[in-house]
Amino acid sequence: MDALNQALAGIPVIGIVWQAVGYLVAAATNPTISGQVLFFATPLILGAMCGIMNERSGVVNIGIEGMMLMAAFFGFLGAGIAAQIMPSDPGPIFGITIPLLIGVLVAILIGMAVSVLHAWLAITIRANQIISGTIINIFAGGLTGYLHALIITPNPGLGGAIFASWQPPADLLNVPVLGWAVNILFAHGPIAITSLIVVVILQILLFRSRWGLRTRAVGEHPKAAETVGINVIRVRYRNVILGGIFAGLAGAFLTLESQGHFQLQLTAGRGFIALAAVIVGRWTPVGAFAAAILFAATDALRIAIGIAPPTGELGTVFQIIPAQFYQALPYIVTIIVLAGVVGRSTPPAADGQPYERESAT
Amino acid sequence: MSSAAPVPTGPPTTTRWRGGLGAFLATAKVPLGAVVLAFAFGSVLIWLSSLVTNHQLDLTLPLKAYGAMLEGAGITLDPAAAVNGLVNTLVQSGPLVLGGLAVGVGFKAGLFNIGAQGQFLMGAVAGAGTGAAVASWPGPIAILAALVAGALAGGAWGFIPGILKARTGAHEVVTTIMLNTIAATFIGYLVSGPLLAPGFSFDRTGDIGNAALPILFGTRNLHLGVFVAFAAVPLIWWLLWRSTLGFEIRTVGANPDAARYAGMRPGLITVFTMSLCGLLAGLAGAIEIIGITHFVNASYGTSVGFDSITVALLGQAHPVGIMLAALLFGGMRAGSGLMQIRTQIPVEIVDILQAVVLLFIAADVIVRRVFRIRRAGPKVDEIETVSRSYGAGTTL
Repeated sequence: MDALNQALAGIPVIGIVWQAVGYLVAAATNPTISGQVLFFATPLILGAMCGIMNERSGVVNIGIEGMMLMAAFFGFLGAGIAAQIMPSDPGPIFGITIPLLIGVLVAILIGMAVSVLHAWLAITIRANQIISGTIINIFAGGLTGYLHALIITPNPGLGGAIFASWQPPADLLNVPVLGWAVNILFAHGPIAITSLIVVVILQILLFRSRWGLRTRAVGEHPKAAETVGINVIRVRYRNVILGGIFAGLAGAFLTLESQGHFQLQLTAGRGFIALAAVIVGRWTPVGAFAAAILFAATDALRIAIGIAPPTGELGTVFQIIPAQFYQALPYIVTIIVLAGVVGRSTPPAADGQPYERESAT
Repeated sequence: MSSAAPVPTGPPTTTRWRGGLGAFLATAKVPLGAVVLAFAFGSVLIWLSSLVTNHQLDLTLPLKAYGAMLEGAGITLDPAAAVNGLVNTLVQSGPLVLGGLAVGVGFKAGLFNIGAQGQFLMGAVAGAGTGAAVASWPGPIAILAALVAGALAGGAWGFIPGILKARTGAHEVVTTIMLNTIAATFIGYLVSGPLLAPGFSFDRTGDIGNAALPILFGTRNLHLGVFVAFAAVPLIWWLLWRSTLGFEIRTVGANPDAARYAGMRPGLITVFTMSLCGLLAGLAGAIEIIGITHFVNASYGTSVGFDSITVALLGQAHPVGIMLAALLFGGMRAGSGLMQIRTQIPVEIVDILQAVVLLFIAADVIVRRVFRIRRAGPKVDEIETVSRSYGAGTTL
């Protein structure tokens, strides 16, 4: 086996590919590297679900970034203040405490509240939805920066507690393939695991339920939907506001499950990568999930290369590729997919267009 | 395909300001109202903040804060402070004028250029890199080289979404958002790699030497680039309303289908306009670098790109309106430092005010109800073209 490996690795070009496959397999089977993928992907997955809820019903949302940022901030603040009022020890499962639950609840409510604003602007006022998203992004950056300077900086002891990850029993992890899958998918905190459930449920509901059919009808051809008795305005409002729940959860993940503290511009473009995942995943939950996992895997790979760079010719190739390339990859892939170079991705037909009900005369 | 572009309603969108203060006020009622309401909203926020900073409700705090902001922006009786403040306002407004034009010209062609941010960054790094490379050349040539490099880099960053939209229909909103982040990471690569200057304690580009813009009139920071920026205002006005190209841009913006029937080429206009937008933003980036910061580090960032969107919308995509809006926000940025020193109100309030201004511009019903403005003021009508083109099946 080793001899074959050596022989294959020696051939030009094919050799490099062979080495790369070997490195990727090694990274994927390394539990500490592959176990991080869902951790990186969770905010992208949840943000993308928010985007799908919006865009499938015909409302463009480029404000996911701002929604996540606000939810992350206020979730952190809520949990921190609650923890000062009622200090509590981490619970037995996932380290759940009442302050942390309050934080998540606050984050979700903030996500929904910002979504109400977006829905009102996009649906009732019929303002341009790109502008509405821009308002949310600028406002979120401003407000969180403002309150950070006003509240967080003078109180450095605020918050800090985070949800714990589930530790699967060692016996389970040692089962050949199953253990690997369990480690990748379920050795995480509650919000990360929730994101998996959300993807499955949304995929089924969107394509197999009455709600899903109505949502897609409203997103593709609102006028036709209205003529068969669907209330376009109500469907859009409901979807946008429910989508806010996922943006809120994504924000809560960042402060209450991942980092434990809030710093300025914490989301760092994750909301835009989520938007990218929606497009690359062609507006389907499972597709967006796959895209988010792909983007997160590149991130994990970048870290793996940083820690243990591959040896030989492959190492030389990886040294030529700058680290920033991996950071930019989600965005580059999105542009390529959107331009239809590799499989075209087209948005719902009525995406971004305000709906004006014809007057009932 | 299915994007049955409706015939534009109302008069054609040549919202020219035919002379007179009255005409100006008629056009500017809604934007002015939006600004007033935003400051009112800010007052409420400052009142609430006073509970944190002073531990009691200080009803005069908004006046103190806005007063300090005005003073910092140069609206004060002390002559020395006034000159200093006004210079700061002009310096802060410069990039916003160009950035606002970079977004506003796009609007005129029915394009939403979210990418001024990335185009600005590309212009900045190109200006810094070129400036460092030509640092020992004679001043005027070195400056010109850095400015041209910045404008071209920004233009290239605008050309990409333009050609993608014209050729493949990829919507410029998404592609420019993606290009913004690509630009930021690209800077990280360039500054820590090809453009890295030796001998500094952190990653940055080299000294620009003679390529630095001269500081004028013995002030501290009023550089030549500010005037270059303001000079773009009449140029763009002329381009849009006095040239054939501008007529085609505005026609495509109002209705691409009609423009095509009239024998124009919307795809070509799209590519040209996006490149021009990128060029303007790139120029702003280069000016900012060789005028003020003089180098770029690996994490160089700016708020100009998103400020520009607000400026363009507040200025109703008209060059003169954009200039006034840029002066307003430049003044707010210039005065915010003094405000924070005097009143402990964080400078980030400027971003909040900006978002709220934008909110009231978008939801102009509120403004019109509060100020009893009966007539809907002229809007950026081309936004409709942007909305229509987002969904599936629209190609130019």
